[in-house]
Amino acid sequence: MMYLLLFFTFFKIGAFTFGGGYAMLPLIQEEVLANGWVSMEELINFVAIAESTPGPFAVNIATYVGTELAGIPGGICATLGVVLPSFLIILLVAGMFEKFKANKIVAGCMSGLKPAAIGLIASAVLTIGKTVFFPETISTSVFLDVKTYVSLAIFGMMSVLAFRQVSPILIILLSAGMGIVIGFMLG
Amino acid sequence: MIPLIQKEMVENKHWISDEDILEIVAIAESTPGPIAINAATFIGYRKAGVWGSFAATFGTVLPSFVIITVIAYLLRGFADYPVVKHAFFGIRAGVLALILKAFVTMCKKSPRNTLSYCIMAAAFLLAGIFDFHVLLVLIACAVTGLLFSMQTERRNKK
Repeated sequence: MMYLLLFFTFFKIGAFTFGGGYAMLPLIQEEVLANGWVSMEELINFVAIAESTPGPFAVNIATYVGTELAGIPGGICATLGVVLPSFLIILLVAGMFEKFKANKIVAGCMSGLKPAAIGLIASAVLTIGKTVFFPETISTSVFLDVKTYVSLAIFGMMSVLAFRQVSPILIILLSAGMGIVIGFMLG
Repeated sequence: MIPLIQKEMVENKHWISDEDILEIVAIAESTPGPIAINAATFIGYRKAGVWGSFAATFGTVLPSFVIITVIAYLLRGFADYPVVKHAFFGIRAGVLALILKAFVTMCKKSPRNTLSYCIMAAAFLLAGIFDFHVLLVLIACAVTGLLFSMQTERRNKK
């Protein structure tokens, strides 16, 4: 049952991913959190892992969630689910590409989906920001304040680096290093 | 991703031409799914039919699958170590910066017209503030785009 649920959930995610990369985050967030499969913090941790390993983001996250929940067979089901929609649609389109390219319905839908993907990324920034700056799993309120400020500082510095075209992997390594140093300093 | 595909497929293997690459990008942009999967399926089909596309897609997915499975098992073993916890505390803030950067990059590439801005704002408000179902938001935006493009076309014909 779990295998089927994994397959269909990721099939849905695969079928509605437009714009690539982070554009699918809100959908993943919604589907994966709604099922109670992983926590928001785990999901953000995983975005970092997917970003620093090769391969498409969607495939990486499907494999990870599937494996976490139901071992290697679970990983296989989730990965199959996320890949299958693209696979089937491309097979369908490959035979009649000229018709597809000129199709006004597809173009019309895409003119709505592209800006929608941008709006959805903005909403991901908001919800992920909430989790990063105001985590719930912290014991004392003083500590919460400190951690919030530390997160803000790391976020600010890394934003500057990101906009100066520093590579994502370097940014992830730097923020990990800062997290370790500050984490041990705070005890 | 695209430059890598181009180098391997066009220059090394001569499986497809430079125009095919443009075609693949065009398709990948107007169909759902990761671009690497779309490209693999498409090129596999061109070269060797359905089985070719199956083999190419399988080949694209397998490395990610293996790497992520290994990482998932490693993380499970080390997740409770303080070093790992602190590292991920920092990483979460760094990732937020990366997502913000992706958002700005996409904004710059987006078409500049009122309709696009309205759909962007509506998608953000509905999904981010009012917690509407993301699938519903996507479908509504697709329909809106379709209706407006049909209307523009009708007006142009007159």
